[in-house]
Amino acid sequence: MTSDTWHQRESYSFDRNTIAEIRRAANTGIYRIRGWGAKRVLPTLDDLVFLGASMSRYPLEGYREACGTDVIIGEGRAERPVHLDIPVTIAGMSFGSLSAQAKEALGRGASSVGTSTTTGDGGMTEEERGHSTKLVYQYLPSRYGMNPDDLRRADAIEVVVGQGAKPGGGGMLLGQKITERVAEMRTLPEGIDQRSACRHPDWTGPDDLAIKIVELREIVDWRVPVYVKLGAARPYYDTALAVKAGADAVVVDGMQGGTAATQDVFIEHVGIPTLAAIPEAVRALRELGVHRDVKLIAAGGIRSGADVAKALALGADVVSIGTAALIAIGDNDPAYDDEYRALGSAAGFWEDYQDGTDPAGITTQDPELSSRLDPVIGGRRLANYLQVLTLEAQTLARACGKSHVLNLEPEDLAALTVEAAAMAGVPLAGTGWTPGTSG
Amino acid sequence: MSTAIDLVEVPLRQLNQVLHDAESGGFDVLNPRGAHAVACGITTDVTVEVAGSVGYYCAGMHQVGTVVVNGNSGPGLAENIMSGTVRTTGNASMSAAATGCGGLVVIEGDAGARCGISMKGVDIVVGGSIGHMGAFMAQAGNLVVLGDAGADLGDSIYEAVLYARGEVESLGTDCVEKEMRPEHLAAVEHLLEAADMAASPSDFRRYGSARQMYSFHVDDIDAELAEGPGGTR
Ligand SMILES: Cc1cc2nc3c(=O)[nH]c(=O)nc-3n(C[C@H](O)[C@H](O)[C@H](O)COP(=O)(O)O)c2cc1C
Repeated sequence: MTSDTWHQRESYSFDRNTIAEIRRAANTGIYRIRGWGAKRVLPTLDDLVFLGASMSRYPLEGYREACGTDVIIGEGRAERPVHLDIPVTIAGMSFGSLSAQAKEALGRGASSVGTSTTTGDGGMTEEERGHSTKLVYQYLPSRYGMNPDDLRRADAIEVVVGQGAKPGGGGMLLGQKITERVAEMRTLPEGIDQRSACRHPDWTGPDDLAIKIVELREIVDWRVPVYVKLGAARPYYDTALAVKAGADAVVVDGMQGGTAATQDVFIEHVGIPTLAAIPEAVRALRELGVHRDVKLIAAGGIRSGADVAKALALGADVVSIGTAALIAIGDNDPAYDDEYRALGSAAGFWEDYQDGTDPAGITTQDPELSSRLDPVIGGRRLANYLQVLTLEAQTLARACGKSHVLNLEPEDLAALTVEAAAMAGVPLAGTGWTPGTSG
Repeated sequence: MSTAIDLVEVPLRQLNQVLHDAESGGFDVLNPRGAHAVACGITTDVTVEVAGSVGYYCAGMHQVGTVVVNGNSGPGLAENIMSGTVRTTGNASMSAAATGCGGLVVIEGDAGARCGISMKGVDIVVGGSIGHMGAFMAQAGNLVVLGDAGADLGDSIYEAVLYARGEVESLGTDCVEKEMRPEHLAAVEHLLEAADMAASPSDFRRYGSARQMYSFHVDDIDAELAEGPGGTR
């Protein structure tokens, strides 16, 4: 039957996706749990543009002149600061949510371009320690796999208060992915639907956190920097409190941030976008006089060198990527389209990281599926991608006349929407108007 | 012969560095005056006696040897302990032995809220009573309480085993009383002995997980209709 749908209008309120979700809820009686990050339209860094050099600004030669990309975290604060060659790091993603091959690929890729990877909610594996020259060890509410020996062999410690995909929520790993090895690392029964704690068990509030950070530093003899990771909820206050608690770096993860498994309602409706979060965190750092001393690591929906450069121009020192890194090593590969379709999805739409059925072998613990991912090739792909992000950020920085990507500044930007202008605190393009600051 | 370290004269950093560098031996920590993070991160077979009360995270992430606090302990005593022994002769504040993975923590007095929260294999013996939310989300290990337990004991508990001699104000979600079988009596006896405490194992009751919260309950009406008698879809 061919039907002419031109005279039919899909409801904006009850579109097909909404109808499908109501039907799914009615069938199962459980909220939708999925991976990936927010999928709905949000204000993003795309709503900003660089102005570039012109009569009053002097560009650098795009192919020749030096444009630095290195960042040091914890300098003057820890005995062994973290030296990053590029301002892009790999965000915390647990072994358990990811296969051992995926963790190895991330380690290989990041290490070969001189940046760090991060453990996740499930402890440190030999694979990731072995393949990451710079490894950040997450200290999470669940403390799964938390081990002082691993703490001492980490290059930095990241106290996780929250995550952009779910500020206020704990981790989740469904039974399909709790294999014997994962269960043992987390001291849990095999095959259970694991729901991690959302609050730290032994501290509440910033005053306690300050004492906790001292304890962590004492245990590692003050050798490595301590980061605090926040889901972007109240970034101005949270950043200020993290600094007060003694953080060497603050990670602010916007609502676009990816996750391995969370309630859809959490992913789409809690937290604020990365674009809105960065300037608020920067405002706190500036007011405390520590901007560029305490480093700001921005995350959540970073895809391109343009995103990197814009985040830095807004005042971040480093960005961190999760989803994009997974895509680089093979997530949502069109070559597996048939298999994604057999699972009720399609390449480009696959978001069921919670399921453990990933045809690309990344978000799975299935030995057959995970063996599809070649960690060496995956690592090369990630290295190439990180290289491109860096080259693109340098291209934009040079066009703005900057000899280091960290010299980018809000003055280099204009906004395409009133919302972005208000959030970023930069003028609406073609006007001198910055909502909230000028007339 | 043990070495005395006076926290009035020596900063905390130096104390912990000395303890981290020591390969063995005894240390007396004088004038702790509620200091935080005293004797945390010990990795070698030392014996540390603290003369007085300590603040947060005393003996945090303890791995080997013995730490004895002759006084009260603040929040997070022996948090994430891996093995070895930590004892406080007085009371312990909230989150004692939180997330502990192994070893033994003895609290001769009372423990505050969340004692044994998210414990992952540690044994805890409390001479007095514990506060509310004891053994919240406790994963593995044993908690023995000679006194009473506050509200919501063992809420969302996994495989840890809880023993209380006194009254339990209430059990948390998914925590139930279980039979004291011979192996449990033996376990309590062993733990009391290790903690150097006198009590009769038969006076204790055992609590643990009903295991009703381990998995999400997912309905599937469509599948039922498709499979069921006369199901057409
Ligand atoms: C598969 C996966 C697993 C994750 N696991 C963790 C975790 O264990 N701990 C954590 O703090 N964040 C975790 N995250 C969030 C990332 O650290 C990061 O904040 C987020 O991915 C950044 O957003 P992006 O994915 O848009 O780059 C995870 C994300 C993904 C995609």
